[in-house]
Amino acid sequence: MEHIELFFKSIFVDNMVFAYFLGMCSYLAVSKKVSTAVGLGAAVIFVLAITVPLNWLLDQYLLQEGALTWLGPEFADYDLSFLSFIMFIATIATMVQLVEIIVEKFSPSLYNSLGIFLPLIAVNCAILGGSLFMQSREIETLGLALNYGIGSGIGWFLAIVAIAAIREKIRYSNVPPALRGLGITFIITGLMAIGFMSFGGMLTGGEEEATEETEENTVGMVTAIADEKDEASSLVIKTINDTDKN
Amino acid sequence: MGLLSKKDSKLIMDPLADNNPITIQVLGICSALAITAQLKPSIVMAISVMFVMGVGNVVISLMRNIIPSKIRIIVQLVVVATLVIIVDQVLKAYAYSLSKELSVFIGLIITNCIIMGRFEAFALANGTWRSFLDGIGNALGYGVILIIVGFFRELLGSGTLFGFKVLGDSVEKTGLYAIGYENNGFMVLPPMALIVVGIIIWVQRSRNKELIED
Repeated sequence: MEHIELFFKSIFVDNMVFAYFLGMCSYLAVSKKVSTAVGLGAAVIFVLAITVPLNWLLDQYLLQEGALTWLGPEFADYDLSFLSFIMFIATIATMVQLVEIIVEKFSPSLYNSLGIFLPLIAVNCAILGGSLFMQSREIETLGLALNYGIGSGIGWFLAIVAIAAIREKIRYSNVPPALRGLGITFIITGLMAIGFMSFGGMLTGGEEEATEETEENTVGMVTAIADEKDEASSLVIKTINDTDKN
Repeated sequence: MGLLSKKDSKLIMDPLADNNPITIQVLGICSALAITAQLKPSIVMAISVMFVMGVGNVVISLMRNIIPSKIRIIVQLVVVATLVIIVDQVLKAYAYSLSKELSVFIGLIITNCIIMGRFEAFALANGTWRSFLDGIGNALGYGVILIIVGFFRELLGSGTLFGFKVLGDSVEKTGLYAIGYENNGFMVLPPMALIVVGIIIWVQRSRNKELIED
């Protein structure tokens, strides 16, 4: 149950693009055609599924406060968490390189379809963001970390494929000249994000859990987008979540 | 200008308008939008990026002749990551609540495309002083957009600026609220950041027809 919940939450509620704007650069740059968007999306799922669990292991056994206890009791006081940025990005860059070499060796056809996107991915914020969110949300087990990686990858995939499809169609529309290209893409993404917000009330389950879950979502969203003290905004989000629930 | 030659000042002024990193070059949107619900985090973010870009551009430009081109991405990532760790630690030490609010987005400066983009496009090919100016200029261009977005989202969304109630008190119905004005709570939600940036792009391109895409 925990797995299913995290899976759907990471795809819809905490969607990388629509809730946190991660990976927007490649999202805007590579979304002109559906076929390339599918390629990049698949590569992102792939790399997230590898790097998030890997960074989870690093975080758990190397970086967290007291993580080095397995070396001996005298290491229990060490807290290396300030190194996490550099460790995570090093892991990601190395893994991307490694994946590129392996895929080229064993599956040339997959390499040809993903090929040019793989190096791009090392600097995709969605990948580093996945690892950093995994760390800040204190995901408990390796299985859940893998689940989270795949889930947020799929969320990103959905987002880029959807916008690519819309952009293919919108080419035939009469958009005001100054909005063409980038401007209209931003506005469409905003509208899609509003749509995705309605998933916020999705994981409510039973009556009793319902209120708890909504509150948790609310708090998560509020900390991400606004000051916690800002009562006005949290009220609005609550209202929106409640309306979705009904 | 005095200190700066005409060419140098162009390096700073260009990214502010016609070659803006966010609206024209489409770089660095990733970590920019999520923190613009209010003005204060936007400004902190802009300053952090300015520090990382200025110093990073200088470091890369100093090392540009000794970096083997095959591993330059990794070298760049290490330089950025080091600078970002410094920023993160400083924020944690002196502005803890703010650093909690910015959460992972300080870390995401590392993969901010604008930084890698300027390293690749400018610092690897130009001298130290010019690279420094280019870094500061682009960070300013980035910061300007952040501050505009943050200004409108905080003003229209919460009726405050830097936390001060500039439009009056929404609970006690003073100031503008007395005549029936209401906050648009939608502005503080993530989707509106995108729409506000979209509108900025619209305004900018309507003013300068050369920027219009086909």
